[in-house]
Amino acid sequence: MKQSRRNFLKFAGLSAAGLCIAPTAAMASGGPGGAAHAEVNSKSLHAKRWAMVIDTRKLNTEEAIEALAETCHHIHNVPTIDSDQDIKWLWSGSYGEVFPEQENNFPSEAQETHRFPLLCNHCEHPSCVRVCPTKATFKRPDNIVAMDYHRCIGCRYCMAACPFGARSFNFMDPRLHLDMDNINMKFPTRMRGVVEKCNFCVERLAVGELPACAEKSEGAIIFGDLQDPDSNVRKALRENFTLRRKPAAGTEPGVYYII
Amino acid sequence: MHYGGKIITGLVIFLGLVSMPFWFNIGGSYEEPKVELPKNAKICIAPTQNMRENHMKLLDQWRDMALREGKRTYISAKGDKYTISLQNTCMQCHTSKEQFCDKCHVDASVTPYCWDCHVPPKEAK
Repeated sequence: MKQSRRNFLKFAGLSAAGLCIAPTAAMASGGPGGAAHAEVNSKSLHAKRWAMVIDTRKLNTEEAIEALAETCHHIHNVPTIDSDQDIKWLWSGSYGEVFPEQENNFPSEAQETHRFPLLCNHCEHPSCVRVCPTKATFKRPDNIVAMDYHRCIGCRYCMAACPFGARSFNFMDPRLHLDMDNINMKFPTRMRGVVEKCNFCVERLAVGELPACAEKSEGAIIFGDLQDPDSNVRKALRENFTLRRKPAAGTEPGVYYII
Repeated sequence: MHYGGKIITGLVIFLGLVSMPFWFNIGGSYEEPKVELPKNAKICIAPTQNMRENHMKLLDQWRDMALREGKRTYISAKGDKYTISLQNTCMQCHTSKEQFCDKCHVDASVTPYCWDCHVPPKEAK
């Protein structure tokens, strides 16, 4: 066949088109694990913005909060270390410690004696997420501030950035302080050199359960969707006076306290 | 060639030293690590050869699916459903880290850091 400019251009055009389509065609015909994919659990609970309302009229003693913390720390394999290197996901504080900008010189008796549960606030504008250099901590679409411990390099910028002291650093292997025979085998531990904090029980929400502290609090902790005007948390917020911690920090916390 | 003899002798000695591991292993036999297969399950989430070559990539994908995307149910190529979890899915069948994971990892002298955080099932003694 006589090679003409016309034929050459036709051939070149076809080859180029083939090269463009080839990768897609190869993918469609089932590359390695082509058809395999992931889905959201069918039982999973969904919200636009998870939030928590804590009724401190019902939940205000050291013992009650300690009991919740124990449950939380047990299911998440959080060690108890008897020093300032302790790890905490849920703990308690006095009124002055919890609301440092809103303290009066002559507090009520209740204000003076009550203890308040503290945990990660899962802020709408989390400063920890902004400063994390590896994106190890990130905000999920449902506004849970989550940690990917695989990526954490232990720089502790997030700890410096968090206005609520909600993060703890693993100065040592946490397993040294865990009773390894009695840990929760369904949940990992952490390793030395990573920062950890409350995860709003994402692993429980994924299987349709409420956070452990809310479940165990007998109604004192309400957990639900802040964006849904008919949700239980919005109802509680409508009917009660609430405070959030350190509003001046501008992080828009997701944990509300009924005083 | 200046110093030709010395250079060539030196090269021969050098090559001999560098290829020492090969000389030592001539005639040696390679034994494939014998991993203990699950007794209570017949199929894995992907064909054996695929798992052998790509389990590390799959675990990486699983981590991102579960943590980042919040998708914790895995539909395998065969259409079976699995919960995305190393501790609660993989290790439910592969009940012994020592008899399964470690067998190849030790032979290949790789030290993945999975078990720094994830808890392997208790080993039968």
